Amino acid sequence: MTVEPNAGDSPWLDRDAEPIVQIKNVTKKFGDFTAVNGVDLDIYKGELFCLLGGSGCGKTTLLRMLAGFETPTSGNILIDGGDMSTVPPYERPTNMMFQSYALFPHMTVEKNIAFGLQQDKVPRSEIDDRVHDVLQLVELQDYKKRKPQQLSGGQRQRVALARALVKKPKLLLLDEPLGALDKRLRKQTQFELANIQEQVGITFIVVTHDQEEAMTLSTRIAVMDAGKFVQIGTPTEIYEFPETRFVADFIGSANILDGRVIEDSSSHVKVATDLGEIFIDQGQSVRSGSQIWVGIRPEKIQLNKKPPKKSGTNQAIGIVDDIGYLGDSSIYKIRLESGLIIEVAAPNLTRPMDREHHITWEDTVYLNWAPSSAMLLHA
Amino acid sequence: MSEGGQIGSNGLKGAGLMRRFSDFLQSAWKTIVVFIPYAWLLIFFLFPFFIVAKISLAEITIASPPFTKMIEWAGNGIVNIRLVFDNYSYILSDSLYYKTYLNSLKISLISTVMCLLIGYPMAYGIVRSGPVAKRVLLFMIILPFWTSFLLRVYAWMGLLADQGTINNLLIGLGIIDEPIRMLYTEFAVFVGVVYTYLPFMILPLYANMEKLDGSLTEAAADLGSKPTNTFFKVTLPLTYPGIVAGSLLVFIPATGEYVIPDLLGGGNVLMIGRLLFNEFFSNTDWPVASAVAIILLFLLVLPMTIYQYYQAKAVEEGQ
Repeated sequence: MTVEPNAGDSPWLDRDAEPIVQIKNVTKKFGDFTAVNGVDLDIYKGELFCLLGGSGCGKTTLLRMLAGFETPTSGNILIDGGDMSTVPPYERPTNMMFQSYALFPHMTVEKNIAFGLQQDKVPRSEIDDRVHDVLQLVELQDYKKRKPQQLSGGQRQRVALARALVKKPKLLLLDEPLGALDKRLRKQTQFELANIQEQVGITFIVVTHDQEEAMTLSTRIAVMDAGKFVQIGTPTEIYEFPETRFVADFIGSANILDGRVIEDSSSHVKVATDLGEIFIDQGQSVRSGSQIWVGIRPEKIQLNKKPPKKSGTNQAIGIVDDIGYLGDSSIYKIRLESGLIIEVAAPNLTRPMDREHHITWEDTVYLNWAPSSAMLLHA
Repeated sequence: MSEGGQIGSNGLKGAGLMRRFSDFLQSAWKTIVVFIPYAWLLIFFLFPFFIVAKISLAEITIASPPFTKMIEWAGNGIVNIRLVFDNYSYILSDSLYYKTYLNSLKISLISTVMCLLIGYPMAYGIVRSGPVAKRVLLFMIILPFWTSFLLRVYAWMGLLADQGTINNLLIGLGIIDEPIRMLYTEFAVFVGVVYTYLPFMILPLYANMEKLDGSLTEAAADLGSKPTNTFFKVTLPLTYPGIVAGSLLVFIPATGEYVIPDLLGGGNVLMIGRLLFNEFFSNTDWPVASAVAIILLFLLVLPMTIYQYYQAKAVEEGQ
């Protein structure tokens, strides 16, 4: 899912666009512990924005501040231009889908969904219509008389989504929406969730620790660590152009090497590493001689049993130390002469007719990668 | 089932028997485990109940024990069975008993409601407090049980008496000139019953509220519900099982309470427990005392059975 950088699809690139959520220098402390540390963020209408990070990084606290369950220690949150500082949760134009779903066990599916509309004194006939419509959207028309405990996990998840959607909030907050589902169901639901978001056009903010979930769902991702945003960008930007070592390591996997910049020009950078000299054909402002990290994604490295025709940079030789066979692809651990282990991922494009794979343990293999593949990483 | 006779070898026969024996032991053990609680109820509840029921159908007589026999051999193979219903008709016709039953139920009901009104916020507060405070508060709820119940009721006599602590304090402070009469009134009985049975209300409520998912009240707030509305629409219905359990634990023993009305109510508050005591020990009329007890039992068991029937039906409909 690539997002072309034009202002129509990417309102964050449009200087005149009015953000629906403005988070301004927000800090949240619990006693001595700083959960969220002075973050700034603008989110635009129609986005499916993911807050991604490990446990304790502050993502859930930030979401709860948007919902009104926590108040910022300092800073402001504006939703659709209105300051939310003194607005209690029950008066905010937001709805939340809880990680545990928090469905009322003493109410039927129908009553759970109608609960929010009843609070707004919506007329009875309109409530019935809207509940009917949203049940159709999540495909649970036949289950409206059931109690939550009579539903499967996937069905409960959809009821929770329907209950949050039915009030047509300006902002829908989802706390680990797929976290309680098994892997198969999760994959299927990821796409459903993105489709539903597109249909209703409501701005979604999703908290997740699952990078795959974040990559498939979002228009933009904010990677969080220790209460701060480390990087904000589209899934492609985050994966292919991580700015720091943390992001490169957290999203996907990467071979990360210590390096020293030996050449820096407007067209390329050359870095000396344990993997030899790495040539990167993108100029970046790094000082010559400075210490830096270089990351190379395992799938960006090519593996050959034959030596390359001509030697040069961005090449290495090693021995196959270990193979992880995943079916569609294999992960190879290649031991270099220096003892360094490099991870390479290669798709299994052909069926091995002799039931043995082409590359096997203790084979000598040659590695090479394109000059655009290596990523310069900061601390 | 073959006895293993067809199998020629003795060794195999022995192994089969051993296995069968261990199977038998296992099923026997299961039966025993299930049987123990039933045996307990049978010996200590059902059997005494039948004895009391039997005595309630006898006549008072000067003998030991002081009631007539139900079954007598009349000779010539004739068995005389005497069932005397006089005790019941006597109790039902005398307005004293009828009024005392009603009074007991009234006092017990009001006390239960007061326990609920006091206990519910207390249980809620305990659940909401921090882990250390929670332990301390729970400990304080249980602490009074470490002192004799009788001693605690006597202490209340000292507090509530005309020359007691509370009156002396109020007079000393110049708030009142004459002591307020509290001891030997219905008020004192309410104080005693509520004080004594409050923990039985709080503990089941606490256990119930502790399990309540905090995100449910957050979800209600998120959907636009104000705190009071959330309490009545979400918290209260979900704590209903705790309310029922706590109320039954207070209501049932409070109805048959003897010590509290006797010590704090004196002769002014008549409850069925006191009447029962009088019939049994002062009048030595065991049959009437037994009939009083049996009627009380039905007064308490009947509403509970009806409640449970509807509860089970509601659960069935839910599925």
